[in-house]
Amino acid sequence: MQMFKFDKNHKLKIGLAEMLKGGVIMDVTTADQAKIAEDAGAVAVMALERIPADIRAQGGVARMSSPAMIKEIMDRVTIPVMAKCRIGHFAEAQILQSIGVDFIDESEVLTPADDQFHVDKWAFKVPFVCGCRDLGEALRRIAEGAAMIRTKGEAGTGNIIEAVRHMRGVQAGIREVKTLGSEELVIRAKEMGVPVDQLVYIQKRGKLPVPNFAAGGVATPADASLMMQLGAESIFVGSGIFKSDDPENRARAIVMATTNYDNPDIVAKASESLKSAMHGLEISEIPESEIMQHRGW
Amino acid sequence: MSDMVGVLALQGDFAKHLESLKRLRVSAKPVRWPEELDRCRGLILPGGESTTFVNLLKKSGLYESIIAFAIDRAVMGTCAGLIALSTAIVNDRMKTLGLIDLEVERNAYGRQVDSFFDTVRIPMFKEKPDFEGVFIRAPRILSFGNDVEELGYHDSQVVMAKNRRVLVCTFHPELTRDTRIHQYFVESMVEHQ
Repeated sequence: MQMFKFDKNHKLKIGLAEMLKGGVIMDVTTADQAKIAEDAGAVAVMALERIPADIRAQGGVARMSSPAMIKEIMDRVTIPVMAKCRIGHFAEAQILQSIGVDFIDESEVLTPADDQFHVDKWAFKVPFVCGCRDLGEALRRIAEGAAMIRTKGEAGTGNIIEAVRHMRGVQAGIREVKTLGSEELVIRAKEMGVPVDQLVYIQKRGKLPVPNFAAGGVATPADASLMMQLGAESIFVGSGIFKSDDPENRARAIVMATTNYDNPDIVAKASESLKSAMHGLEISEIPESEIMQHRGW
Repeated sequence: MSDMVGVLALQGDFAKHLESLKRLRVSAKPVRWPEELDRCRGLILPGGESTTFVNLLKKSGLYESIIAFAIDRAVMGTCAGLIALSTAIVNDRMKTLGLIDLEVERNAYGRQVDSFFDTVRIPMFKEKPDFEGVFIRAPRILSFGNDVEELGYHDSQVVMAKNRRVLVCTFHPELTRDTRIHQYFVESMVEHQ
């Protein structure tokens, strides 16, 4: 494990995350869907065998997708391709790096492989994105080498409330750290379970040292606009697109709303022609054991 | 330097370009709509995803506006911005802006694991021709027209070029603290037109 530093390798990783800003990253399960996503203006696709809503419905152990299926998607589109590995499953991550995916999501959507530790992401050349619910969790992942942070939200629900809670949690955490006296930082770092140098960085810069995206429950153009206005720098849409009645139009509309998130006239226009969004799930109706955001340490 | 330079802010690392311009004390602003181009004397197309750019350019009406803008004003593009400004992409029929006569290959060095840092040589920076090149899923210039001037090289490969109004790099000067390329664009191309 290395100390957090902006060495060249890490700059290249964060550099790709910078290129994805202001964009939409879409979950796809086939090469055809990947092409639809690319044509609709996605900045990247997340290749996976089952979208979160189906993982939820079908149960069982959710693992890394088949390399053959990921490669087929990589061959079909020119935009970056991301794929998920299980929390702590560094062998899956090694396989994903070996086949050449552009970003790895160490994701709570899959069944965790380690109940104590995440992957040492410094050991990889390929950049990682990890989920978080608050500032402490974000900084632990960054300390492990994540080059991008996203909210966890509650994947596969089409319900935005958890992503909002997590984005607000991170922002409130940043504001709180900025108010601390320098003598308070070491103990606050101990309480949060994060390295002190990360808190020093936050105090100086007032933001995370890596890009901060939103994920987990985005289903409509309005959801995308909401998350961007709350401080997200890009949007992941999982089940929201290909579980809706008109994936192609919805994909275009969410891209339009993300670019113009602060212009309600455009977001309204993007929302106008859409058919039904995914049905969605009320969080309190999900059994505790099926809540995904509690995975990760 | 007080000229207004616009940075296309539909998607990508436009904030990094705005930071570079701020370091040079050049007044700059993000551009998302055609009317926002009116007060600009120069425009930068940032890094990002070129397919997404061209899509959004067409929807916002900026596609035609940028072509009209470049008749008498200067434009710069890095990485995806270069692809959007070029005349042709290998194995792709995407209709780019065609403002500089280049044939380019996307992701020509490979995928993200093949992204790299290496020294770029820019002979016109006489005192110190070396420039730190950040190549992220970078494109390659395969051929260029007679009116295109070579400005920078990585090994023997041309990675920076210009014509009368358009300056392009396949790498990302906005991701380094070295502002010489932005300075050249503003002083030699934006202010002298």
